[in-house]
Amino acid sequence: MRYLPLTEANRSAMLDVIGARSVDELFTDVPREHYLTAPIESLPMHASEMAVERHMRRLSKMNLAAADAPFFLGAGAYRHHIPASVDHLIQRGEFLTSYTPYQPEIAQGTLQMLFEFQSQVARLFGCAVANASMYDGSTACWEAIAMAGRVTKRSKAILSSGLHPHYVSTAKTMGRFNGDTIEYAEPKLVPEADFGALAEAVDGETGCVVVQYPDILGRIGDMTALAEACHAVGALLVAVVTEPVALGAIKSPGEMGADIVVGEGQAIGVGLQFGGPYLGLFAVRDPKHVRQMPGRLCGETVDAEGKRGFVLTLSTREQHIRREKATSNICTNSGLCALAFSIHLTLLGEKGLRALAAENHRLACLAADRLALVPGVEVLNESFFNEFTITVPVESRQLVRDLAEKGVLAGVSLGRLYPNGDRRENGIVLAVTETVTEEDIERLASALQEALA
Amino acid sequence: MNAPNISGWKPGAPEAPSGSSGIETVTGNRGLMLEEPLIFEIGGADTCGVDLPEPGGGADRLGGLARSKAFALPGLSEPETVRHYTRLSRQNYAIDCGIFPLGSCTMKHNPRLNEKVARMPGFADCHPLQPEATVQGALAVIHELAQWMLKLTGMHGVAMTPKAGAHGELCGILCIRAALEARGDARSVILVPESAHGTNPATAAFAGYAVENIPATAEGRVDLAALKARLGPDVAAVMITNPNTCGLFEREMKAISDAVHAAGALVYCDGANFNAIVGRVRPGDLGIDAMHINLHKTFSTPHGGGGPGSGPVVLSEALMPFAPLPFVKKTDAGFELIEEEDGVEAAPRTFGRLAAFNGQMGMFTRALAYILSHGADGLRQVSGDAVLGANYILRSLEGLLEAPFGSTGPCMHEALFSDKGFAESVSTLDLAKALIDEGFHPMTMYFPLVVHGAMLIEPTECESKASLDQFILALRSIAERAKAGDESLHQAPQLAPRRRLDETLAARKPVLVWQEADAAD
Repeated sequence: MRYLPLTEANRSAMLDVIGARSVDELFTDVPREHYLTAPIESLPMHASEMAVERHMRRLSKMNLAAADAPFFLGAGAYRHHIPASVDHLIQRGEFLTSYTPYQPEIAQGTLQMLFEFQSQVARLFGCAVANASMYDGSTACWEAIAMAGRVTKRSKAILSSGLHPHYVSTAKTMGRFNGDTIEYAEPKLVPEADFGALAEAVDGETGCVVVQYPDILGRIGDMTALAEACHAVGALLVAVVTEPVALGAIKSPGEMGADIVVGEGQAIGVGLQFGGPYLGLFAVRDPKHVRQMPGRLCGETVDAEGKRGFVLTLSTREQHIRREKATSNICTNSGLCALAFSIHLTLLGEKGLRALAAENHRLACLAADRLALVPGVEVLNESFFNEFTITVPVESRQLVRDLAEKGVLAGVSLGRLYPNGDRRENGIVLAVTETVTEEDIERLASALQEALA
Repeated sequence: MNAPNISGWKPGAPEAPSGSSGIETVTGNRGLMLEEPLIFEIGGADTCGVDLPEPGGGADRLGGLARSKAFALPGLSEPETVRHYTRLSRQNYAIDCGIFPLGSCTMKHNPRLNEKVARMPGFADCHPLQPEATVQGALAVIHELAQWMLKLTGMHGVAMTPKAGAHGELCGILCIRAALEARGDARSVILVPESAHGTNPATAAFAGYAVENIPATAEGRVDLAALKARLGPDVAAVMITNPNTCGLFEREMKAISDAVHAAGALVYCDGANFNAIVGRVRPGDLGIDAMHINLHKTFSTPHGGGGPGSGPVVLSEALMPFAPLPFVKKTDAGFELIEEEDGVEAAPRTFGRLAAFNGQMGMFTRALAYILSHGADGLRQVSGDAVLGANYILRSLEGLLEAPFGSTGPCMHEALFSDKGFAESVSTLDLAKALIDEGFHPMTMYFPLVVHGAMLIEPTECESKASLDQFILALRSIAERAKAGDESLHQAPQLAPRRRLDETLAARKPVLVWQEADAAD
């Protein structure tokens, strides 16, 4: 077995030192009736690298990769070009095969990267402080709701109808078990986000209002007035960003008064990966809320010689110290994904992020205008960044499947996201990133036209 | 923003002599040990390492919210970027550099085949919401890995979506809570051993339970009599780690499960240490109702400097109906992904969704490649060699270091020592930091909490005998210095990229993001 260095001679020499006759003897604490003396039957035996690669390649080829089709899916996961150096750098063994930096003297690489990552996220979101990352956007979102509950001592959360339905489901799961009241209604297919109605719904029992920006249908809402309405009654505004590239083009949530800004960082550096691992972003606008934050935080300090260095800090919030009184049970971050995000954002810088966002918006406008010319298709949005919603006169879930069969990955049908009808079964949300060509847009338009004819 | 490198390792008038050689350099670099400033100190707002079209005037449908304010994100060209992160990487210790014996963390070799496989376009470049017909291979991977989990654990079902071990714990506890509520028997307390990982009580509390400790016996195992005495109609579940955090197998696990079930409660097993028994013990045979499996431990998906992890949860027949959405179902026509819109029919009692999308696909592909490479025979050898290595360390050091449970029999995959016998002025921390100077990552320190000055050493099956011998040699030498009261241990590490860091300062005056003002200091 190529991954096991011990030889039979090594094993006997080690057993001699231990004073045991066999490895099985080391398992004497396992009751004999529960100890397996041979490999489990009906499972295959070991395989060569070549054989495993062949098997996995066969499975991989059963999927239609995004690069092999005109591709327009978004709805919380976005396909962007990732510079080759990102993947090379995250595969350096010193990053890939290291652990949580519990011994900071020999983990400054990871720690400095996390400090840079936190600083980048805070700036991007218009916040004071960001943590070292969470599992993904949806879990960061429910952690934000839980945090708002700790800060305000109120258990009601009002979720925007424009929040990603998976994020809503995740929050509802937690609400069911920790006693939070989650108010939510599915979105109406109208051109504007629902921030105005939310501002009217906030009351003295509201712990937080959660909005998505841009929202699930791609609409961009100004949250300034909503933030004021929340603050007037002592509630917090939580903003969720599932497409961080958008912030190269539009105002940050922090600028508009959001108190907790969370997001899915996958779009920058991480890739699609069929949904995971992704990268939860978590930031707060007011530094006084830092001690209620979940998750790891990296901080600057000095070493015994006065040299600058970095450590994990404020861990008295965390489970390994506080146990059942911790702010969260999370015991990891999404370290390697945070690294990929940070490298990609460093390659872009402010200039590159703005240019990338502009190119996304340009292509999305082009696609929206082109699709509007297809008979039967209506573009819903008045505002959008790189994602917008269209309605079609047929059931969209089947339409998307039919288009996939013709080699066009057309978007995410709202019927799949919202099983409960109300015209949503006619909607498709489409993302148009820099990876889309004008030829792709043309192929989508003609495929749609053909399917709807 | 465009400031030259004026800070980074600024000298800051050190009071202690710098390094052991006493040689000062102008740059702060020391041969191959290269210092590196922050991107905010070397990057610029106008520098970019990606070629993109210049933004034109074009359309603006941004709802009047176009960004005007600068957000001051520094950029670097590609060569600068590669160099920045390469230099940072070299300040890290990693498994690729040597033994990483962190007890309870399971730092084993990460095969590069797994990295290659995870990057195949059919896995890496697929969207989680693509039509099922276009992702049959991805669903097949989830199904195939799930089948391995079931056969290796002897359990009834598995929830694949949890994103890490603690997330898996939450999944298991929520299944338990949903099952109890479904039978109209909501209970309020979860029992957790004192030696448990902190995630156990934190998870139980997060799921709305009160947490109570179960005491351990003098032998480092769950006190069955005390547990039985505490069981009652208010106890929802017991969370047991097996093998436990002292590196011992819970011999009475089946009796514990039987007692818990007799009292109407359920058994959660923390499977963090499943790597010690994989292929040799099936948790399903021990009466367990739910157990998470850390793919990043037992099945070697990379730890990546702290995540991402993956924590599938195997479930008993009683709990399976409550498992979360989505899940993969095999039918005659192929694989289906059961999500919310099908869930009402296919899984009417599910507790809901734990996270967006379909689980940690990038970890599934790696874990499956690892499992297929080892096969049933190789996985059994994995646990055998891991336990052999740990016992070799235990017996090679126990004459010198106090092994609190060494006399009760073999350990499992990790060897536990205490600081008994150290000179009063020397601590476990000193010993750990001295290991750094010898070129090793230290063991887990001060955990489990039930042993004074605990040192928990987990070598894993990936160390050669020569590697183990070198580690033992170094540890013996340092242990002797610790017992003799060698004061120089307080100075360690002296040869690492940094000396001991001031963690108190970091917590008292938190600096969590870079501020321009720093550069002017």
